[in-house]
Amino acid sequence: MKNGALLRLTDLCFAYGDEHRVLEGMSLSLEPGERLGLTGPNGCGKTTLLQVLMGLVTPQEGRVEVLGRVRASEADFKEVRRDVGLLFQDSDDQLFCPTVHEDVAFGPFNLGLSHAEVHKVVNETLDMLGLSEFEKRITYQLSHGQRRLVALATILAMKPKVLLLDEPTTGLDEVHEARLLEILLGLPQEMIVVSHNAHFLEKVSTRIVTLGYS
Amino acid sequence: MILETLGHRFSVVDRLDPRVRTVCAICAALFPLFLSDLRVLVVTLALALALVLYERPNLRALGKRLLAVNVFMLTLLLLLPWSVPGEALITLGRFAYSREGLMQALVILLKGNAIVLSIIALLGTLEPVRFAHALERLKAPSKLILLYLFTVRYIAVLEEEYRQLRRAMAIRAFSPRLDLHTLRSTGYLVGMLLVRALDRSERVQKAMKCRGFAGRFHTHEHFRVARLDGVFVVVLAAVLGSLLVANFA
Repeated sequence: MKNGALLRLTDLCFAYGDEHRVLEGMSLSLEPGERLGLTGPNGCGKTTLLQVLMGLVTPQEGRVEVLGRVRASEADFKEVRRDVGLLFQDSDDQLFCPTVHEDVAFGPFNLGLSHAEVHKVVNETLDMLGLSEFEKRITYQLSHGQRRLVALATILAMKPKVLLLDEPTTGLDEVHEARLLEILLGLPQEMIVVSHNAHFLEKVSTRIVTLGYS
Repeated sequence: MILETLGHRFSVVDRLDPRVRTVCAICAALFPLFLSDLRVLVVTLALALALVLYERPNLRALGKRLLAVNVFMLTLLLLLPWSVPGEALITLGRFAYSREGLMQALVILLKGNAIVLSIIALLGTLEPVRFAHALERLKAPSKLILLYLFTVRYIAVLEEEYRQLRRAMAIRAFSPRLDLHTLRSTGYLVGMLLVRALDRSERVQKAMKCRGFAGRFHTHEHFRVARLDGVFVVVLAAVLGSLLVANFA
């Protein structure tokens, strides 16, 4: 199913400045039903790749297709960001509202939902992830593991079609890692999971791709 | 912890609408500026202090806040009277510490403390987030509110980064001395903090873009003005009004 791919990168080149090339002529696609594991040495461009897909950085060359359409302009990517969720490496970057409830509500509000709808989706999402008790908590008082799960909740609350997860297990203990694995396996969405954690990747992915240095 | 709460007891003030509290705090804080009579100022200060103490704050936390203001006031008390002409209390060569200057300094000290105490009483016990929501409802500039909310959210993160850097320095046997090495290392520390803060702000901005941020936060807290708010405003107006009359009588 060549045309059914949810995400497709073709001949992508990306460099920071003139010298520091991270991606060179790389192609990749995410097919329906897939959970794609992505691994590779530090600095090979895994995070960059996810940011290219979200339109946060612009590649020098190559074509980005998301959900069946070629995306190039900021307007294209604004649409992409409504349908694709990116989990950041550092949850402190992602959680910028003072309380858990506000943070999870932030995305749905931006999608234009009403107060009642937002309230409902926030409760459902926190419930699904077993985070209901944290609703009123101050985000910076949570542990790392809790913060990661809340960050995931902020994304799932927007009901994305595809998930991009950047090093989701870094800094998590075994309990939280197992919990995260369980959650991810239970989600219907296709996803790309970037990780150095081979054990985790083995369990979560349906296919693993290893990036090399360009 | 940089963000320290007053640890007060739940009181009538907490039951007021945050918007009413904010507006009352602004009025109460501006009020002492119109006073000139020393006795009225003392009464104003006493009333503000009484309101603060009624909320039963942690006295250590309260003392810390008042100390910050009064270190500055003490400097004023020591220095200002030398530059004001009038009846000399102390003379040092050509310079005189004047009674008029001392009075001026005292007035400033009383006003300053009265302002700080009324703000502590009305806003110091309001949770930062609710204060931001109140400001939004009062149509304060949204950029200002965003800055304030980000400060609330990230001050602890920056503090943690500062501590991490300090620890990294300490485990390599750094102890501050009065020399160029200390100065340079502290410069690196501050520079590093700025660089990290900038990096982080860029990542936060990306995260916000990903979730469709369009310039403002949506709040979903519903404020309602109740009878208690009316009573409070009337009492406050009556108290401030009588003080004003006493001042100019």
